[in-house]
Amino acid sequence: MDLNFTPEEEQFRAEVRAFLAEKLPSRLSDKVANGKHLGKADMQEWHAILNKRGWLANHWPEEYGGPGWSAIEKFIFENECALANAPRIVPFGVNMLGPVLIKYGDEAQKRYWLPRILDGSDWWCQGYSEPGAGSDLAAVKTSAVRGVDAQGEHYIVNGQKTWTTLGQHANMIFCLVRTDRDAKKQEGISFLLVDMNSPGVEVRPIVLLDGEHEVNEVFFTDVRVPVDNLVGQENRGWTCAKYLLTYERTNIAGVGFSVAGLERLKRIAAGQTRNGKPLLDDPAFAARLARVEIDLENMKTTNLRVIAAVAGGGVPGAESSMLKIRGTEIRQEINALTRRAMGVYARPFTQDMLDADHDGPRFGPDFAAAASAQYFNNRKLSIFGGSNEIQKNIISKMILGL
Amino acid sequence: MNFEHTEERRMLADSLNRFIAEQYGFEMRDRIAASNEGYSRAMWQRFAELGVIGALLREEDGGFGGGGFDIAVVFEALGRGLVLEPFLGSAVLAAEAISAAGNEEQKARLASIADGSAIAGFAHDEPETHYELARVRTRAERSSGSGWMLNGAKAVVAQGEAADWFVVSARTAGAIDDEAGISLFLVARDAAGVQVAGTPTIDGGRVAELTFKNVELDAGALLGEEGQGYAVLERALGRGVLALCAESLGAMEAAKAATLDYLRTRKQFGVPIGSFQALQHRMADLLLEIEQARSAVINAAAALESDRIVRERALSAAKASIGRIGTLVAEECIQLHGGIGMTWELPLAHYAKRLVMIDHQLGDEDHHLARYIALGRRQAA
Repeated sequence: MDLNFTPEEEQFRAEVRAFLAEKLPSRLSDKVANGKHLGKADMQEWHAILNKRGWLANHWPEEYGGPGWSAIEKFIFENECALANAPRIVPFGVNMLGPVLIKYGDEAQKRYWLPRILDGSDWWCQGYSEPGAGSDLAAVKTSAVRGVDAQGEHYIVNGQKTWTTLGQHANMIFCLVRTDRDAKKQEGISFLLVDMNSPGVEVRPIVLLDGEHEVNEVFFTDVRVPVDNLVGQENRGWTCAKYLLTYERTNIAGVGFSVAGLERLKRIAAGQTRNGKPLLDDPAFAARLARVEIDLENMKTTNLRVIAAVAGGGVPGAESSMLKIRGTEIRQEINALTRRAMGVYARPFTQDMLDADHDGPRFGPDFAAAASAQYFNNRKLSIFGGSNEIQKNIISKMILGL
Repeated sequence: MNFEHTEERRMLADSLNRFIAEQYGFEMRDRIAASNEGYSRAMWQRFAELGVIGALLREEDGGFGGGGFDIAVVFEALGRGLVLEPFLGSAVLAAEAISAAGNEEQKARLASIADGSAIAGFAHDEPETHYELARVRTRAERSSGSGWMLNGAKAVVAQGEAADWFVVSARTAGAIDDEAGISLFLVARDAAGVQVAGTPTIDGGRVAELTFKNVELDAGALLGEEGQGYAVLERALGRGVLALCAESLGAMEAAKAATLDYLRTRKQFGVPIGSFQALQHRMADLLLEIEQARSAVINAAAALESDRIVRERALSAAKASIGRIGTLVAEECIQLHGGIGMTWELPLAHYAKRLVMIDHQLGDEDHHLARYIALGRRQAA
């Protein structure tokens, strides 16, 4: 039993820190630290910086342009990035589609699509959820019917996807589509790559409760997709879908975000007062803060235990469900305490207060508007990526055997 | 980074678990708990022969372990078996106080702790205290010559009737809650003026109230420097906290296994009750809480030799976690069992009682949460 990182891992951490200190533009980290909006150009800029260093596709094997990191190294990288207030890597191309193409794509698909993910030629979004298929993902109805015309074999896609994160920036979407209506639920699904500039694709914004345009609906009306864009076998898309979801869950605990969020919370609470004394010293507030801090300390070790258990390049199975549930609960509690720390100033809010160049009137402490917006926005954490209730179903089936 | 125990510790855990499963089954445990002594001297000897006491003691103290993960491994196994013998008071608390502060003559007592021939008690809590480390009203005053006169009372001392002698905290100077001015003494149970009033506990085994009335101690009874006992107390109680946390973890695992088994076999409405989502989700919650508890124990064991604030914060974090989670596991496991979980005949009920009562030893969740906060302020300052 040894909780220390090896000298090599510490060396790696130092290397990541040095890279972040040198290459992460303060213009970007300031935005993240202060809860300001990040635009498409910001995210692309950060991707390009990482790609130049060879660290963008950190889940990919070396032969496809990944750094070949161990699970521990990925964990260290993700944590250091969060602590440095680096923008989040937009996961859809790099962390989700990439691994699926590497495992299930044919040579032509890998050669064509993978470099375009790395160099930013394509911005991918995820076409999984539908109005009638949320937690019950296998209930997808969007249909793809195979046909032939003068230009060759193709699918005609009809239907609707929803909760499409950052779809407004995307030119490509990977979709789960139904290719066999008569097959059993999971068996008639295929994994299809769709050009969003195709005729018949329409993106409509969904404005979230904090006023943020983060997600979209995507409508498909007789959209023509070449058969070359089928990944894996027809009607075997569920295999790809599940494989992708395991990648979605590797950093699901978000420990780095929680550590960074907790540090910020403490700074804020030290500056706010109650009864003329720092809020940090208020017994009720301090107790809640200490509880979540302890839970996070335990979570760090739980996360490392899961990583150690799957060391050797594997991906975590049902254990990641535990990380997801408790990790997101911790993040949400930190968000809640940050909001509470703002007192009456949790309320004044307009979306443009979150613009980095906002020069209108300010109300209350620096982070006040962001605190409430992040609190409401992060209610999503326990819903997406398989709701926490779905994760409990998985634990119950896979670990508890009930 | 490595979360595997060493080969030696795994073997120790295996043989201890096997011994408990074969020799310390529920009926045996129930009999021992209800006995006049509240523990079994014969079992204690057998544990000693198995090397279980030795594993808790450092080499220089006559053992072959004594590290944080030795304590964790042993007490997790003891927790799984609801073992009643006086490991905590004798082999952890008293032994650590002597190891940390004792002179050569006093350290000679460690050999009798190690081989199980003597049982030592640890008497610190008092009737009017509520887990505070520094609050000591019991007084020792210089008596004629170089000796001491001890007066006061100690509360709920584990196996107080069985102990051959006690480590007793007493104030030799200062106000009632000063850290300075606490001294430790070795007091024989049969010394004149020592009164021992024993009672069974709700979670099995026995404890005793001690009163000291003009107990005369010679100069050799003082353990460590006069007035400097606080740091020793903290070290000893810190190891005790780790031991209790690991014991709780073992009991949680046993309670979880029993409850899972019940959910799979108990049928209502024609199906196993484990097929109901309401119960599945409660069980999934318990699972992840117990994994968090295991991480807390690992963190505490790993911090045991760290600098004071880091060590004490990790210990308080663990005890606060364990207090909350242990109580939750107890309550949920009873609920998931339904009526049968309320009965004496079911081992689960006894695990539940032990889990809750661990929160009443060496500081409960509230105490350790407050302590964690206070230590954090000191760290920041």
